[in-house]
Amino acid sequence: MDFLADALKRALLLLVSPDSELIGIISLSLGVSGSAVALATLFALPLASALALKRFPLRGVVLSIMNTFMGLPPVVVGLTVYIIFSMNGPLGVLELLYTPYVMVIAQFLLALPIVTAISHSAIVGVDPAVSDAARTLGATPSQRAFTIIKEARYGILSAVMAALGMVMAEVGAVLIVGGNIRGYTRVMTTTIALEADKGDFELAIALGIVLLGISLIINSVLYHLQRKGERP
Amino acid sequence: MSLTVSVEGIWKSYGGHDVLRGVNYSFNPERIYALMGPNGSGKTTLLRVLSLLETADRGEVIYTDGTTAPLEHNIALRRRITLLLSSTGLFNASVMKNASYGLSIRGIRGDEARERAFGALSLVGLGEMERQNALTLSSGEAQRLAMARAIAHEPEVLFLDEPTASVDIENTQAIEGVILGMKGTRSIILSTHNEAQARRLADVVLYLRDGLIMEG
Ligand SMILES: Nc1ncnc2c1ncn2[C@@H]1O[C@H](COP(=O)(O)OP(=O)(O)OP(=O)(O)O)[C@@H](O)[C@H]1O
Ligand SMILES: [Mg+2]
Repeated sequence: MDFLADALKRALLLLVSPDSELIGIISLSLGVSGSAVALATLFALPLASALALKRFPLRGVVLSIMNTFMGLPPVVVGLTVYIIFSMNGPLGVLELLYTPYVMVIAQFLLALPIVTAISHSAIVGVDPAVSDAARTLGATPSQRAFTIIKEARYGILSAVMAALGMVMAEVGAVLIVGGNIRGYTRVMTTTIALEADKGDFELAIALGIVLLGISLIINSVLYHLQRKGERP
Repeated sequence: MSLTVSVEGIWKSYGGHDVLRGVNYSFNPERIYALMGPNGSGKTTLLRVLSLLETADRGEVIYTDGTTAPLEHNIALRRRITLLLSSTGLFNASVMKNASYGLSIRGIRGDEARERAFGALSLVGLGEMERQNALTLSSGEAQRLAMARAIAHEPEVLFLDEPTASVDIENTQAIEGVILGMKGTRSIILSTHNEAQARRLADVVLYLRDGLIMEG
């Protein structure tokens, strides 16, 4: 028990006066996961809108792919991306393996189905009367689509937050493709895994607390978004 | 020339049930028509077809606007007509944002849009509530906001589906006042279950029965 209390004390001390390694790890985590989700949103939003508002061939297929991939295990995504970017893989020449870039790509693939599927159901869930109103008030098809998407804005933001929470917390994908290289591809989750393994709990606990805090923030934002999305 | 609408042989059915069975009618310009008929007789359906929100299975909706473009893609024509539905479909935004929507999508923004929307809101007694979120309004207030939103951009043909359905006596009078205030300036076709209201407002009272229009 003594050593646990001691580790906790030193972790708290580290949080109060963080060293450059801790700051670097947190920044990389936020940077990788933030870019991955931002990029995913950029693709997911038009995709979800098209899936919700247009009828086109393979629409049902894309939709079920998104729903299935939503629950994809991060290690599987990590492995797939690893194979694609490994030396003999189809994109091996890019030499992106064990860089933050490939970590962004892996987390992008994890986030894309989440943002797409949740945004899709938010857009589909908009009262059809809103669409009728826009139309009869003289909206062009694209103005109407914009109006509907705007009505779904809280649901879409929830999708983004849910994806961010998921990729910030995952360890499998970034560990496989990033390699957990100190000072370069080491993020919060992979550091925790490694330090705990080494029996060095100080940094692991400090990062655990930070992760918990981030997840707390994300969840309270989600909670508020969901409340705002309901009829006020 | 003012915009007029007529229908020729309109059929519309849902799941094998014929709601409209060859409706013919020419609406005269700048008149107010009241459409009456029991629940399920097809009033809302006819208004949706007339306002180009839905297409008929058979028959034609004809607007005398001089253009020949297919009606469903004719935005210019669509922008001259508006239907007020009883499921209002208000946007999750302020009362003012809602009221100025028709103006904003027509490229009218800023002070002019605010003034015109405010004028419409004042007509229905919501001038004081422009900042409130529309989804927090009572159902009667929501109904009146939908009315303001439908008239702010001054459509030439206005369809109103039970415009006073969930509105109290005082506000019913206000809305009737707004409708009468537009008399002679545009065609208005409204549905109602209130015979007295139909007589108060309309130049012509129509009855929808067995999928056909009869003049009363
Ligand atoms: N989208 C739809 N799908 C299936 N049936 C429909 C649809 N819209 C209308 N109907 C049916 O068509 C008939 C006419 O409906 P409509 O809403 O036009 O009646 P109404 O005269 O407006 O009635 P109310 O006075 O109750 O408003 C009803 O039997 C209704 O169930
Ligand atoms: Mg009706």
